[in-house]
Amino acid sequence: MFDKLKKAFGGSDEPKAPKVEEKVEAAAPAAETKAPAEPKAASSKPRIGYIHLSGCTGDAMSLTENYDILSTVLTDMIDIVYGQTLVDKWIHGTYAEEMPEMDLCLIEGSVCLQDEHSVHELLEARKKSGLVAAFGSCAVTGCFTTFARGGQQAQPKHESFLPISSLIKVDLALPGCPVAPEVIAKAVVALCEGDLDYLQPAMDWASCDKGCGCDVLTGIVRQGLCTGCGTCALACPTRAMGFSEGRPSCDRDRCIKCGSCYLMCPRSWLPTSRIKKETGL
Amino acid sequence: MVLGTYKEALSARSTEQKILDVSQDGGIVSALLCYALDEGIIEGAVVAGTPDDDWRPIPTVVTSADEVIAAAGTKYSMSPTLSALKEATRQYGIEKLGVVATPCQTQGLRKAQAYPFTRFVAEKIKLIVGIYCMENFPMASLDTFATAKLGFDSLQDATKMDIGKGKFWLTKDGEDSGLAIKETHGYEQSGCNICMDYVAEWSDVSTGSVGSPDGWSTVLTRTDAGADVFKGAVDAGLIETKPMDDVKPGLPLLEKLAKGKKDKNGKVREERVKMGLSIPAEY
Repeated sequence: MFDKLKKAFGGSDEPKAPKVEEKVEAAAPAAETKAPAEPKAASSKPRIGYIHLSGCTGDAMSLTENYDILSTVLTDMIDIVYGQTLVDKWIHGTYAEEMPEMDLCLIEGSVCLQDEHSVHELLEARKKSGLVAAFGSCAVTGCFTTFARGGQQAQPKHESFLPISSLIKVDLALPGCPVAPEVIAKAVVALCEGDLDYLQPAMDWASCDKGCGCDVLTGIVRQGLCTGCGTCALACPTRAMGFSEGRPSCDRDRCIKCGSCYLMCPRSWLPTSRIKKETGL
Repeated sequence: MVLGTYKEALSARSTEQKILDVSQDGGIVSALLCYALDEGIIEGAVVAGTPDDDWRPIPTVVTSADEVIAAAGTKYSMSPTLSALKEATRQYGIEKLGVVATPCQTQGLRKAQAYPFTRFVAEKIKLIVGIYCMENFPMASLDTFATAKLGFDSLQDATKMDIGKGKFWLTKDGEDSGLAIKETHGYEQSGCNICMDYVAEWSDVSTGSVGSPDGWSTVLTRTDAGADVFKGAVDAGLIETKPMDDVKPGLPLLEKLAKGKKDKNGKVREERVKMGLSIPAEY
């Protein structure tokens, strides 16, 4: 199943405006033979990594909130080969001497430029992973770590927290603060079934720079697309989105730049085929 | 299909006088919600109420028949109804939720179910009652219809608002004043002009006046959930029905309006793309 995914990603386009030429890339199609996603004869279960950068562990907790499927997923469907929070296997820990190869690496949190360990771990993960997923809004947009200013103990120098796509190519983005347990479950099922259609919006979102209440104003209201349905206010985890004369109005002091409002707006994108499939309508 | 996928089309009316006294047409939305609340199919619903009786829609959580009836009647301005889903599921702790939704709101709800990026809300939506909707108006547009075009002192003087028989109607002191629909063109909100859905095609059951005689509503049952609730309410004697073939103007008018909206707004979409403006990305 991961072969199918890898092929799809291998054939997919780069983000429209790659920011840096020297961006560390995934094992290129030319290096197919030694690409990490080649399944080993011994185990066909996908090897998953979970890297925790600058985030609050909320996304990992959301993942574990899928109680009903979690034990099956962990026992029968995947091998977690790397991770500090979920399993004690990570570079700086007591187990892994070096990062293993992974089919999919979930990355939670933004990357702190002044934290050499984080930067190293992120770049290393890109080299070792077939697919990289930005997991949760901190990894996707920077979310509220965007507001970090540094000058605090224990690391006064730590001030620049970037979306991980600033340093590496990201294949899949699952925003949310935290990313919701249900959408994680649906994405896991889609991954395991090779349901690329379901994941397509998340793939496209990987190169998306939307991450603010302003996106709803500039991308929807200013485009004359808003109908005042209220979905953006439903999506907002901090209740920054209010309504005035039938239009969203973002309280920027409350907005944490998670991107959920624009993501969930039915006028930004609409999963018509999926809805028809799920409802039979 | 121009009316979307549906199981059955019927003309229907509530049998309860206290609903018919306040409802827009046949009182189907109120009757369905009351029945679903009574039977425990839902524990509450999010609707567009107008608590200050000033025609300004306010998303409202209702949990009893009295609250449903207090919120009855169509409001012709925008209600950010989905914004109250969080209040309903978190503050009220409602586990089985109904929503009364326009077509665009239905799209927001179905998207939130297909891609549940908001934790523990979408899974609680058990019933979407869709309402037919051609377009929606800013409050200032409604003020204009009342004062500049119909000569009212204020929109607040109107006791009833309706669209039907080619006119926009306001009632004052028991007297109806009508404004030709084409007089309202150009006053609708712009977002409605790219909408391809007149009859809430993705709802569980949808309803509206068009196709049925005065005081009756046309009902399209769509999903199993919608059909079950409707059948339950009919079996319980809360709703009476007539076959669509027996009523005038019947389904052809509904189909004509639904197709008209698709044709007209399909062209707007094409124009927008030509101009380099965005339309919702389809997946």
